[in-house]
Amino acid sequence: MGVNETGDRVELTIPARAEYIGVARLLVSGVANRAGFSYDEIEDIKLAVAEACTNAVNHAYEGDDGGTVCIRCTLHKDRLEIKIIDSGTSFDPSRVERKLGPIDENTDIDSLTEGGLGLFLIQSVMDDVQIDADNGCIVTMTKFMRRDEVAKHVDELSKAKTE
Amino acid sequence: MNVVIDTKQVKDGSVLYVRGEIDAYTAPLVSKQLLPLVTATDSKTVSIDLRHVSYMDSTGVGMLIGALKASKQSGCQLVLENVTPRIQRLFRITGLSKIIPVKPLGGEED
Repeated sequence: MGVNETGDRVELTIPARAEYIGVARLLVSGVANRAGFSYDEIEDIKLAVAEACTNAVNHAYEGDDGGTVCIRCTLHKDRLEIKIIDSGTSFDPSRVERKLGPIDENTDIDSLTEGGLGLFLIQSVMDDVQIDADNGCIVTMTKFMRRDEVAKHVDELSKAKTE
Repeated sequence: MNVVIDTKQVKDGSVLYVRGEIDAYTAPLVSKQLLPLVTATDSKTVSIDLRHVSYMDSTGVGMLIGALKASKQSGCQLVLENVTPRIQRLFRITGLSKIIPVKPLGGEED
C-alpha cells in the first residue's frame, strides 16, 4: 500500500452532539484498519477519538446547538495522525481536563468526579498527544505503526492473494 | 439504538444486562436504569453484566462511579460481571477496577 508523500487525508465533520460520536468511531475504525493496525490498536484509536470528541461536545459549544467537530485523519507511511478540531468558545482551562491520573485505591469515593479521565485515557493509548487551544481547540494525536506488524499484515494480504 | 438494557430481579437484588456500546450518548440511558436499582431499599447486590458490551469509554466509567457513590449511600454492593478483555483494560487504565469488584468473562457457557 502506498500513501501520498504528504499523507492521505480522510476527514469527517459531525454535529457537536453526543449521538454522532459513534459515527466518528466508525470513521477512524475504517481508516486505522486501512492503515494495517491490529485489532487492539484500532480499539485504542477509537477510544482516543471518542474521548476527544466527547470533550468537544461537552465543553466547546455550551448553549449553542449549531457547533461542529471535525475529525481529520492523515495517514503517513509510518503513522496515523488524527486531529479533532472544534471552533467552540475561546479557551477555558476547565475544557482541557487536568486530572491526569487514574483512580487510586485510597481515593475517597465521594471525592471522585464522573468526568476528568478522558485526556488521561487519550495519553495512555496514543503515542503522542498535542493540544492547541488558541482558537477553539485542536487535539492532535498520533499512533505509530510498528513495522513488524505492518510487515505481518502485508504478508498475510499477499499470502491470501496467492492462495 | 446503540444500547439495549434488560433487568432481572434476583434473590438479594438485581442484574442489569447491557448490550451494545456505552459512550457519551448511551451512558445516561444506562444510568437512568441503573440508579433506581442501586438505591432500592431492598437491594443488597446489583450486578451489571457487560458480556455483550462491545465498546465503553470514560463516560461509561464516570457513569459507574456515579452508581458506586449512590450504592455506598444505600448500602448496596455493585459488581461488574463478564467483563471482556477490552473493557478490563479500560477499567485497569482508569483504576476503576481498584474500587469496584470486576469479574472477568470466564469460560462458562453462554
